[in-house]
Amino acid sequence: MPVVLEHLGKRFGDGAPVLDDVNANIAKGEFVALLGASGCGKSTLLNIIAGLEAPTSGALEVPSDGAAFMFQDAALFPWLTARENIELALKLRGVGKSERRAKAQDLLELVHLGTAGDKRPHELSGGMRQRVSLARSLAQDRQLLLMDEPFAALDAITRDLLHDELERIWKETGRTIVFVTHNVREAVRLGQRVLLLSSRPGRVVQEWAVTEEHRTDAGLAGQLTGVITARLREEIRRHAK
Amino acid sequence: MPSNPTPLAEAPSESAETRHIHAALTRTSTGKEDLRELESGLDSLQSDAERRHRIEWSRILLPIAALAVLILAWQFYVSLGVKRRDLVPGPLDVSTQMGVLWNEGKLQEAVWTSLQRGLVGFLISVAIATPVGLLLAQVAPLRRAFGPLISGLQVLPSVAWVPAAIIWFGLTDATVYFVVFMGAIPSIINGLISGVDQIPPQYRRVGTVLGASRLQMALQVILPAALPGYLGGLKQGWAFSWRSLMAAEIIAVGGTIGFGLGSLLDQGRILSDMTVVMSAILLILAVGILIELLVFGPIEKRLLRRRGLLAGSTR
Repeated sequence: MPVVLEHLGKRFGDGAPVLDDVNANIAKGEFVALLGASGCGKSTLLNIIAGLEAPTSGALEVPSDGAAFMFQDAALFPWLTARENIELALKLRGVGKSERRAKAQDLLELVHLGTAGDKRPHELSGGMRQRVSLARSLAQDRQLLLMDEPFAALDAITRDLLHDELERIWKETGRTIVFVTHNVREAVRLGQRVLLLSSRPGRVVQEWAVTEEHRTDAGLAGQLTGVITARLREEIRRHAK
Repeated sequence: MPSNPTPLAEAPSESAETRHIHAALTRTSTGKEDLRELESGLDSLQSDAERRHRIEWSRILLPIAALAVLILAWQFYVSLGVKRRDLVPGPLDVSTQMGVLWNEGKLQEAVWTSLQRGLVGFLISVAIATPVGLLLAQVAPLRRAFGPLISGLQVLPSVAWVPAAIIWFGLTDATVYFVVFMGAIPSIINGLISGVDQIPPQYRRVGTVLGASRLQMALQVILPAALPGYLGGLKQGWAFSWRSLMAAEIIAVGGTIGFGLGSLLDQGRILSDMTVVMSAILLILAVGILIELLVFGPIEKRLLRRRGLLAGSTR
């Protein structure tokens, strides 16, 4: 198991807990969608798994080499070209100079941007930037890839395509992916498993398996989306005054 | 749960069209080639067509035209004869005087002496201020301790240091350089610090996630990210060195201090020769404009264009 979360809790200062008793097991090579409304501590949970923040209670087991991270905005460095952004990730990992160039080109090809390597971030569209960002997180070469709403800011057409793209890359590279989103359709589209986090405090309240049949049958997928949405709304309604 | 699979899914000899409809319905593309094609279509729709860079004549002609208008207005005012000619000389008188100064070799000497001192003083200031600025920006206790002092030093006119410098170093080049340093170093440090302050916090997080060490973070992330602010600080630092230099040269004359533009200006004052005074002022101004046009302007423009910050600006 690359990721095991046991009774994980997090609070900032004396405030109410953000996460409380979070339990989850994520297997190697699995694609897990972490779903929740605003304020459920999704991003905090990802930061804890990534080692950027420490939990205040509970235990967690993560791969010893850490995790690759992809942010909501591409967060590419504007002073570097697409290729140089990827090369920087390789460089900070300690990859030698000649190898960096070849590897970066391979990664650009993988995200279908083989000819756009010399463009700067501002010359790329939002979808292309997010693909460079994906290539950069793959350059980190970690088994575990954490994604924090990476497609939330994209237009619907681009997002649909990037879903296909991400699924293809996941299958080709065999990464373990934890994908945070507040979009139920996106969670069902991508995840093999959907975990629903409650809000304030965040806790895994229910999970659903997404089978191969859901992928080939639009009706079935719609059905599941409806069920999950209803459960999500129930969670939100709990906070009505 | 209505779970009967759609007939489209299993149809063995489906047409390309039905395959595409099915792919769109289940949100899976029909295959790698299809995905690549779709993506490259979208990419070309969403990226701007490339723009070519041409020589922009208005950039060269407009300033020249503006200059010509100003000189004509000046000449017109002088020919009205409102003031005595020796108090307000016309453009022709000044250019004649410059010709005389050129023939005497004084003009070249003054420009060269001042420019050389200004540049050397500025470069040494950069070499001192950059590491100090990075250190102050990155280490919170240091910044809390020295930040207010540095800001204060930037506000303090560096001319105020001239008397002290003369007492300490006498009429030597050391006096001039000291005043230049006191003018330039605080503003470069402040520029760098404010450049670092304006870095989006996301960049540091990315650096951390990518596994950058403290030194790598400073050199590979912080410094390049702060470059626009740093460059602003450098520009201001140059302006402060040039101004401080002129002030020092006007006040401290003689000794082993060479003959600079400030000295020329002071000489004009002593001789009550307005054409020399005007020549010196125009030369000081011209050096300032040339450094901006030939050094800082192109660097800044290139920097901003590469980061996509030039769109919509009037530069």
